[in-house]
Amino acid sequence: MTVAIDRRRAVLAVSVLPLWPAAAARATPAALEAAMQAFTGGAPVRDGRVAIEIAELIENGNTVPVALTVDSPMTAADHVQRLALFTERNPQPEVAVFHLSPASGRARVATRMRLATSQRVVALARLSDGSCWRHQVEVVVTLAACVEG
Amino acid sequence: MAVRALVRLPPTVRRGEVFEVRTTLAHPMETGYRRDSDGRMLARDIVRRLEVRLAGEPVFAADLHPAIAANPFVAFTLVAQAGGPLVLRWTGDRGFDHTETVMLVVE
Repeated sequence: MTVAIDRRRAVLAVSVLPLWPAAAARATPAALEAAMQAFTGGAPVRDGRVAIEIAELIENGNTVPVALTVDSPMTAADHVQRLALFTERNPQPEVAVFHLSPASGRARVATRMRLATSQRVVALARLSDGSCWRHQVEVVVTLAACVEG
Repeated sequence: MAVRALVRLPPTVRRGEVFEVRTTLAHPMETGYRRDSDGRMLARDIVRRLEVRLAGEPVFAADLHPAIAANPFVAFTLVAQAGGPLVLRWTGDRGFDHTETVMLVVE
């Protein structure tokens, strides 16, 4: 009997091991602003041209498919140089920065990310003419990035 | 320990045709924000960068942070005028360094 309980406790202890801490380290809107500022170098940011493809309702925050596309001809004269993904309330605002070039042919990248909680996800694109473009979406996460030993 | 990486691209592509490269690397992407069952912080151990070269020329790169899921998946597009070795190099914490080479065939 005791053995069974101990085993159950042990299983519980492992299964609740959080992937992100509950509230300890978490980015703030200010940290997000600072990270985006570092990416743009202070250039003005306009909404449009870049798009985030992500489910609005996410059941499992441990591995969330996300794709970024930019409306760009990707020619030597006019192309996306860098494409970045940020979050508002993960421990760190940065998720990834992708470095593109005319050799990309098309401005589309995909990856899988972690989401600690329901929050805003922001994509920024920096083009060869120096302009910066943004798209942001609010996502709801039902099972936060956790319970993965 | 052998590193496992998966790189998928079309068997052949036409000159000037945009194609997709899909990559997955077996790696825990330990965030550095977790504790073990004894309460000790688990040190960060992530892949920080993927660099891709085609015939020696850099064509794509990605900087990764702890918010990228375990077994990092990155898909991107390329367009090529000529084939050659496509070299993918992942580098990261604890001296992680893995290179995978696939041949790109352009018709």
